[in-house]
Amino acid sequence: MEKVLLKGNEIIGEAAIRSGCRLFFGYPITPSTEVVEYLSKHFPKHGGTVLQAEDEIGAINMCYGAATTGSRVMTASSGPGISLKQEGLSFSAAAELPMVIVNVNRCGPGLGGLGPAQSDYFQSVKGGGHGDYRLIVLAPSKAQELYDYTMEAFDLADKHRNPVLILTDGFLGQTMEPVVLKDRPKAPEIDRSWTVGGCKGREKRIVASYSLTNEIGEANNLRWEAKYKDIQEKEQRWEEFHTEDAEYLLVSYGTTGRICKSTVLNARKKGIKLGLIRPITLWPFPEKAFVPHKDRVKGIVTVELNTGQMIEDVKLAVECKMPVELYRRQGGMLPTEHEILDYLEDRFNLSAVEEV
Amino acid sequence: MEKVFARTKGLTDVSFSFCPGCTHGTIMRLIAEVLEELDIIEETIGISPVGCAGFCQDFFSCDFVGAPHGRAQAVGIGVKRALPDKNVFTYQGDGDIAAIGTQHAIHAAARGEKITSIMVNNAIYGMTGGQMAPTTLEGMKTSTSPYGRNVSVDGLPMDFPKLIANLEGAVYVASVSVDSPKNIAQAKKAIKKAFQVQQAGLGFALVSVLSTCPTNWGLSPVDSLKWLRENMMPVYEMGELKVTEEVKSL
Repeated sequence: MEKVLLKGNEIIGEAAIRSGCRLFFGYPITPSTEVVEYLSKHFPKHGGTVLQAEDEIGAINMCYGAATTGSRVMTASSGPGISLKQEGLSFSAAAELPMVIVNVNRCGPGLGGLGPAQSDYFQSVKGGGHGDYRLIVLAPSKAQELYDYTMEAFDLADKHRNPVLILTDGFLGQTMEPVVLKDRPKAPEIDRSWTVGGCKGREKRIVASYSLTNEIGEANNLRWEAKYKDIQEKEQRWEEFHTEDAEYLLVSYGTTGRICKSTVLNARKKGIKLGLIRPITLWPFPEKAFVPHKDRVKGIVTVELNTGQMIEDVKLAVECKMPVELYRRQGGMLPTEHEILDYLEDRFNLSAVEEV
Repeated sequence: MEKVFARTKGLTDVSFSFCPGCTHGTIMRLIAEVLEELDIIEETIGISPVGCAGFCQDFFSCDFVGAPHGRAQAVGIGVKRALPDKNVFTYQGDGDIAAIGTQHAIHAAARGEKITSIMVNNAIYGMTGGQMAPTTLEGMKTSTSPYGRNVSVDGLPMDFPKLIANLEGAVYVASVSVDSPKNIAQAKKAIKKAFQVQQAGLGFALVSVLSTCPTNWGLSPVDSLKWLRENMMPVYEMGELKVTEEVKSL
């Protein structure tokens, strides 16, 4: 299989092409711009179309329109641009439209800066726009995962008729790493009985989310809720690293999840039984990952690039049975593997234990 | 017996739900007749907006997509780029296309997107109960301009089709009215041309139709038509505002 060296954002573009996506609607914003640039250069060779919209609102609504035809479609942006897309995402979730959205998270709030952050965790996993809905959220931590998860995102979107968000960050997006361009996985059987495209030989169809009747409104909410529960049951994904005998756990995703692996190895050299749970799906949050650990682990540290957002889901997953602490950096800064270990030792008094 | 009139196949058998005297029904029927005459009902995807116009998705017999408020052109462009051989049209009120969705309409026209947009201008927000729109006339009373539209505070009304006609990619722009049988016939001609422009792949087409809102204007249906004629038609430039040479030769 072909192995190439590409920037993180370009890998997402290449994966979209190889996933059979042929429509991209976007608007430039750092640090996500290479996605639209890469596709602008390479999509036409594959018969694809990149349309640079008037704004992020236009781009997401073009995705909405294209998705109603059953076409694979993608958009990519960062922080403020993703905020502008929230109305369209709410409508897309309500109309149950498969599409892939990439958020190359930059630090905020406001205009913020271009450095890596995980400050959009709440926005990504709790709905983000108005109403009560969920996006499936995937969090890659290295180049190969940017490629693999993008491919998987299209299949998950089709399988569940739901928008899928890839939450990456400015560090992953801008880093060049080798990646194996695997073939497209076998696409799921896709139900197209709901799409529009002209009513020749069938009843007319309406794709919309409007309901002025409260009884119908509640029935819709119950249907969506059942779908979200089904996704929660079936699609939780995570990676475990040295958790078998772990007395302490780090929980971290994306770029910091990767850094935490070094922390785990360093801790083990010092005799501290540390493990890592790296959530791959941020929604559904992989609460199943914590089941075998929650009655025996002594303490957890979540490592995040925000004021502590995922920590709430971790506390719920372990039912607050042990101390769950937060180590965080913000504003575009990344932690070193050493400062994470220092924090863990300090919080759980582990240096003293080791010296005994 | 010879059948001299029948309901157009472009409409479903769902009854219109509009207030008495509202001209939405007339405009929708004209579009439906055009779809039938051009034999494109089964090859057309309509985009419905938010507002009274949004009910159109139930009345037309073609496929429909419900857009967020103001986003109909963007949604329609997504459909059209995915299915370039199909006809796509948006049906929008003046608030939808000329206030909250202005940027999408302007850029759809600028890019010459091959879609057809029908704007229904009744100078007011109907569904939310009669608030001021960008098209509300100077001095006109609405629930958010209860003392009359005050130009020093609210600015002047916007002649949106005139703005669109300035853009290169807009190849056909017309402003029509459905206040009289003669004008209804002219409106239908304009709507038909706006669809033929799309079939020929020439660019963006917009038809603005002056419409009534007796409920929120506080007038009878007949007085509403008179009010439209006497107050709206002098303010909004009427007729074909832009017809490129290519469109003329259609």
